[in-house]
Amino acid sequence: MGAVLETVGLEKHFGGLTAVAGLSLKIEKGARHALIGPNGAGKTTVINLLTGVLRPSAGRILLEGEDITSLESYRRVRRGLARTFQINQLFPDLTPLETIGLAISERMGVGAQWWRVVGSSPAVVAEIVELLDRFHLTDAMYQRTGNLPYGKQRLLEIALAIACRPRVLLLDEPAAGVPEDERHEILATVAALPADVTVLLIEHDMDIVFSFADRISVLVNGALFVDGPPEEVARDPRVKAVYLGESLDA
Amino acid sequence: MLTILFDGIAYGMLLFVLACGLSVTLGLMNFVNLAHGSFAMAGGYITLVLVNRAGLPFFAGLPIAFIVTALIGALFERTLYVHVYNKSHLDQVLFTIGLVFMSVAAVDYVMGSQQVFIQIPSVLQGRFEIFGIGVGRYRLLIIVVCGLLTVGLQLILSSTRFGSRLRASVDDARVARGLGINVNAVFTLTFAFGSGLAGLGGALGAEILGLDPTFPLKYMVYFLIVVTVGGTSSITGPFVASLLIGVADVAGKYYVPKFGAFVIYTIMIIVLLLRPQGLFARASGK
Amino acid sequence: MSSSVQDQVAHHLAARARWRPLEYVFWLAAVASVFLLPGRHLILTEIAWLALFALSLDLILGYAGIISLGHAAFFGLGSYAGALLAKYGVVTEPVLALLVSGLCAAVLGFATSFLVLRGSDLTRLMVTLGVALIMREIANQIPQLTGGADGLQGVTVGPILGMFDFDIFGHVSYVYCLVVLFVLFVLARRIVYSPFGLSLRAIKGNSLRASSIGISVNARLVAVYTLAAFYAGVAGALLAQTTAFASLDVFSFERSADLLLVLIIGGTGYLYGGLIGAVIFKLMQDWIANLTPQYWQFWIGLVLVLIVLVGRDRFGSWTGGVRALAVGVLRRFSRGAAPVPVPPGEGR
Repeated sequence: MGAVLETVGLEKHFGGLTAVAGLSLKIEKGARHALIGPNGAGKTTVINLLTGVLRPSAGRILLEGEDITSLESYRRVRRGLARTFQINQLFPDLTPLETIGLAISERMGVGAQWWRVVGSSPAVVAEIVELLDRFHLTDAMYQRTGNLPYGKQRLLEIALAIACRPRVLLLDEPAAGVPEDERHEILATVAALPADVTVLLIEHDMDIVFSFADRISVLVNGALFVDGPPEEVARDPRVKAVYLGESLDA
Repeated sequence: MLTILFDGIAYGMLLFVLACGLSVTLGLMNFVNLAHGSFAMAGGYITLVLVNRAGLPFFAGLPIAFIVTALIGALFERTLYVHVYNKSHLDQVLFTIGLVFMSVAAVDYVMGSQQVFIQIPSVLQGRFEIFGIGVGRYRLLIIVVCGLLTVGLQLILSSTRFGSRLRASVDDARVARGLGINVNAVFTLTFAFGSGLAGLGGALGAEILGLDPTFPLKYMVYFLIVVTVGGTSSITGPFVASLLIGVADVAGKYYVPKFGAFVIYTIMIIVLLLRPQGLFARASGK
Repeated sequence: MSSSVQDQVAHHLAARARWRPLEYVFWLAAVASVFLLPGRHLILTEIAWLALFALSLDLILGYAGIISLGHAAFFGLGSYAGALLAKYGVVTEPVLALLVSGLCAAVLGFATSFLVLRGSDLTRLMVTLGVALIMREIANQIPQLTGGADGLQGVTVGPILGMFDFDIFGHVSYVYCLVVLFVLFVLARRIVYSPFGLSLRAIKGNSLRASSIGISVNARLVAVYTLAAFYAGVAGALLAQTTAFASLDVFSFERSADLLLVLIIGGTGYLYGGLIGAVIFKLMQDWIANLTPQYWQFWIGLVLVLIVLVGRDRFGSWTGGVRALAVGVLRRFSRGAAPVPVPPGEGR
């Protein structure tokens, strides 16, 4: 199986600070790949580099074998790479209906149309309705996004990325900030993602990581520390040390 | 040619004194005060009244202009500006434009619309030659006064307690408050001081820039250019920017009179394209 | 079952874009003013092109979130273009001249659009102001073409469509400006309710997320900025054609600042704000100028200060309240089930 998303010697420096150092990460097609590491390890920076929000200081990024290192953010989305944000990045004044409709219209190539009214394409409407239903947002679809409760916003955050029909989905702590009783809905959604969608997940909650992932990469100080299947990573004493601190180890 | 340079430097230093208050206010309170020129105009007219009508000596008029304008600044800050601090930049722009319009019309009503001239003492009139450079006495005064002010400002900022409180408040007002710094007092004092400097600059500059009720509108662009090119996180940034703009403007208008005015607008646009945060601003920060 | 939800959604979206009763009232009133207020056609003409100018600013400020202190640059270029085309007989038919002038302004808009793509609000303010001042200075430096500080004299405007001569009472001018305003308004309305318009609102709301769902943010902003420049240029050309004159003050800072006030009074983000604001502003200006001809700028400044102190959203909610009241009254006479016309982009 080939790697669908790959970084080669990826580096990012902010002045004197090295956020990402010589990272060579391979994500297999169809994988459920988790990226973990202590706070400040550079996980979100990696996502920002992969999606084009940040330009790397060195190294390359390959999507399905093609070099996308200098490709702009929106073009990467059109190539099938989508992400969610750790803190909701939504459009506060738009409704979920409009938000999802926007992403679907863009994907179908009609997003720049200026002469037709939004919603005049039945195919788009059908897909909006189906997606909103799948994420249990139908009852909230006419409400202003900024007024929705946080759990619903989080669902919309993920639904928005799914609306782009990505081949590779980068999830940045999807359950972050969600109250305990609403987490299972988020996680069920993530677990129900189609098998042909490759998922890279950043998470802190180890229960989620070990129940979901088929491969785990541990990032420490911007470099790849340990990389392997969950059982291997769970057994590795160095990983425990990194999370708990060396002093606790004999 | 060196005369042009001399004149340009004088012009630049005058611009600096006029604009540095704006730079600090923007950096400190993240507040866009387009009415800064109105304080300069106020200083100019106050000096005019004191010197021309009340017969005070010119050198006494200058510090009085500073003090009175500073007081006006403190008053406005506490009563008006404080309500607009947390609003969007667009709101601040609209608010201060409104103040500019009001001040321009008010001065027109009270003082008339013609250009006015402050009587300068004869010791400052004319020019003399040093090494073949024509040195205008008045411009020499400007360079000396503004130079002293710049040095003084830098000293205050770097070596006094108020200076460190100010720098802390600029960096992060919330943390500064948490440390017990009375940020509101710092704001008021700084705003007053900046307005006072503007007033002093207006009084000094009446001879060179021309003083009439449209002064704030005419020179608003210059102040803004100084601030955007020089950034808002230091004194040296606007200082160098002012000199650059002063020399460029004077030289431009002398050597290429047709395009002289474009020189500074073009500089501004180019700088903003290459470094949107200004030439000297820190890489981080708002 | 889900197809009924689908139908409901499709119906909802279509109903949103449909013309509201209040909109018909507005335009009927405008048409009525042609016949009922013949003595006021001169000021109504001014209101018409000012409304178009404000509409153009709303497109970039209210929908795309670009703050501009120099929108007069495009207005002024359109104005001089319109005047020059008429004076030298390059294009004698006014409607055609309008299009050409608008295109000139659009070219300038396109050329300067990249300046407003990056940077903070303050940067955009500076850059747009700089462009307008440069345009003014250019006009000032070529008096042989523009007439310099005295303005462009000796402009004679041909008959519209070869048939309707301009008259001194402003009758033809007003109908002309009103028709142009209406046509361009309908076009803008179409655009605003299209997927393109929706993407603009998304960009304004969160440009980072917009690019993260595949929207080419810069391309959309350039497009709307160029369109807004076209509209502003047409407005400027209307001014030139109806007054047969062009002067440097079309580029002035005061003009850009007054325009912001017009749009703020009416409210941004729902297209009618510029139109309503133009009516209120002109009437206010006329009234104040009659009281104190020399110092009306003082009162304009005071209005600006008060609006900001009171708060633009509170101010907007007052006018929103008036609008809702008017809708309530109209509902008694209409059997439509159209949803309450809360404008898109305004918080509920």
